[in-house]
Amino acid sequence: MFKLLSKEKLGDAVVKIEIDAPQISAKIGPGQFVIIRSHEYGERIPLTVADFDREKGSITVIFQTVGASTKLLATLEAGDSIIDVVGPLGNKTELEDVKSAAVIGGGLGCAIAYPQAKYLHEKGAKVDIIAGFRSKDLIILESEMEKVSDTLTILTDDGSNGKKGLVTDGLKQNIEKGAKYDTVIAIGPPIMMKFVSMLTKELGIKTIVSMNPIMIDGTGMCGGCRLTVGGETKFACIDGPDFDGHLVDFDELIRRNSTYRSEEAEAVEKLHKCNLDRFGGTK
Amino acid sequence: MANMQMNKTPMPEQEPLVRNRNWQEVALGYSEQDALSEAQRCLNCKNMPCVSGCPVGVKIPEFIKKVAEGDFEGAYQKIKETNSLPAVCGRVCPQENQCEHNCVRAVKGESVGIGRLERFVADWHRAHASENDVEAVEIPANAPKIAVIGSGPAGLSCAGDLAKNGYRVTIFEALHKAGGVLSYGIPEFRLPKDIVDKEVASLEKMGVEIRLNTIVGRTLTVDELFESGYAAVFIASGAGLPSFMNIPGENSNGVYSANEFLTRVNLMKAYREDYLTPVKCGKNVAVVGGGNVAMDAARCAKRLGAESVYIVYRRSEAEMPARFEEVHHAKQEEIIFRTLVNPVKINADEKGNVISMTCVKMELGEPDASGRRRPVEIEGSEFDIELDTVIISVGTSPNPLIRMTTSGLDTNKKGCIVTMDGVTTTREGVFAGGDAVTGAATVILAMGAGREAAAAIDKYVKGNN
Repeated sequence: MFKLLSKEKLGDAVVKIEIDAPQISAKIGPGQFVIIRSHEYGERIPLTVADFDREKGSITVIFQTVGASTKLLATLEAGDSIIDVVGPLGNKTELEDVKSAAVIGGGLGCAIAYPQAKYLHEKGAKVDIIAGFRSKDLIILESEMEKVSDTLTILTDDGSNGKKGLVTDGLKQNIEKGAKYDTVIAIGPPIMMKFVSMLTKELGIKTIVSMNPIMIDGTGMCGGCRLTVGGETKFACIDGPDFDGHLVDFDELIRRNSTYRSEEAEAVEKLHKCNLDRFGGTK
Repeated sequence: MANMQMNKTPMPEQEPLVRNRNWQEVALGYSEQDALSEAQRCLNCKNMPCVSGCPVGVKIPEFIKKVAEGDFEGAYQKIKETNSLPAVCGRVCPQENQCEHNCVRAVKGESVGIGRLERFVADWHRAHASENDVEAVEIPANAPKIAVIGSGPAGLSCAGDLAKNGYRVTIFEALHKAGGVLSYGIPEFRLPKDIVDKEVASLEKMGVEIRLNTIVGRTLTVDELFESGYAAVFIASGAGLPSFMNIPGENSNGVYSANEFLTRVNLMKAYREDYLTPVKCGKNVAVVGGGNVAMDAARCAKRLGAESVYIVYRRSEAEMPARFEEVHHAKQEEIIFRTLVNPVKINADEKGNVISMTCVKMELGEPDASGRRRPVEIEGSEFDIELDTVIISVGTSPNPLIRMTTSGLDTNKKGCIVTMDGVTTTREGVFAGGDAVTGAATVILAMGAGREAAAAIDKYVKGNN
């Protein structure tokens, strides 16, 4: 059992939790993920780590309550226990050679981009963060991102924060202003990563993207997380989750991620209709 | 006086068209009367050819004699001396290639139903023995510590033997449930999960500690296991990495590896209303491959409500690696066999969902390296099968996580761990067995390797002290 140390709502459907997991905390690094199963009847949910505190032996994940299993996870409160947490999974992002980076986060992707920016900032690299959200009330981690970057640009799709635009616009503007990047790290919805990668390919800047596909075990056993990279099939769990954005077949990835859309809606309905107790209760 | 019936006492089974709509066990097991009568078919041969066919050396004539005498608990204890998972083996061992293959009765007629008797004895024990009959064992705190990686058949049997010999054993399991392939792979209707749970629980009672959610190669490394005081490590991590065919369209929605499909169904219980796990199983399903895993996947698909389920296999039925019994059961359950057919392309609609699979017909040519006749494509024989779901069951190879993180551990080009005498690896103190060494094989061979490793580890640790 893994104790939930704290829980914070970052928005209507975004939850941040800190979990007591010393063995995982001791090893996990930026880019790696864990799999969480909150209740016996729930699914195994892959979540990329948003932060970790090795001294405290904790890890932090931020998730959106979209499916039935994430909604179940969100019913847990500080002090409750999670039945299964396994990790660290995937490979750490290779950031050693990065001197100057644009770290781009889209929506919840900012939670995953944040530890990368933090790591780079702490080791003395120049870090510009460009974060995109649908609207002002969905902005997360603003002060955290502020602290680990040289510049922070927050853009919204609807302009409700006074800065309307896409993350690709933000990147272009930074470069027009004279910023030079050896690496772009883009983490967010596949469609965003696709357009960032198209732009950086034109500009000739190395681009790392992070995958969060459908998977079960996270160790290479199911193959559910497979994607095409440079014409070859790769497993996000053991070969990734980071890949060269210029080589990923994003269209295939977007199609695959929609596999369970109708089942997901059904499961949410099932969850709402039933008493939560049927799914192992809220504890 | 021996029972000279030529055929085995029949095994009662659920009706095929009833069972292919439920998840209860297919075979219902012998009654006491069935068992007594079958046991009397054994001639108690002096040279015991059956025993030499058993990878774990079960004392077959001795346990059958006890069955014939009506001493079912005695029979169980006799099996238990060398086999830690009788209820499992009685169900999933390919006896026809092992003990029963060597049975003298098979020369004229059918062999003794050794597997059926083993299953009967194990089930009788479970039904009659109280859990308190087994006393919890306290392993001395200063006993040498052994790490076992993986809680599948190899890991469980090795851990059982080591615990019996007084070692403190910790099993590290990557998933949230113990049992390996017994839990995630083999379906409920062939191996009920409460049997696996009981076997695991009895091992814990023997003093074995099981650490779930711990991936060696990620959470911990082999080096760290030694640093934390383990005297030896047994790698029994199986062959869990699914192979694909590398044909166009294989990443379409609705294409599964058999591992993923079976894990969703068996481990994550997608077939049960009360679990949230989704599984896409359409009306028309093709399983590509001809092994036991392919049969399991096809029969699961049927039970999930598919109307037409095809086994698509590029050779003929004679070359199929699946057990005869599994093929027979699948056919009874209206699985459609399309042999000498090879997929070349999976076709999807604009949303990426599978709509059909293009295949070619094959014919058998000259024997290949495996000794089986090589399937050769018949030119111009392309045709499409309309499908919603494709399950790829063309084999698995060992997971790379341990070999990637353990220095001094040699592996071959298929990723299998190299052993010098069957279980001793190239790294000192590290032993390996089961599918991690052989590539995908059977439960019983893995259990045999587990026992062998336990003996080798015992010798190694004693030699060091």
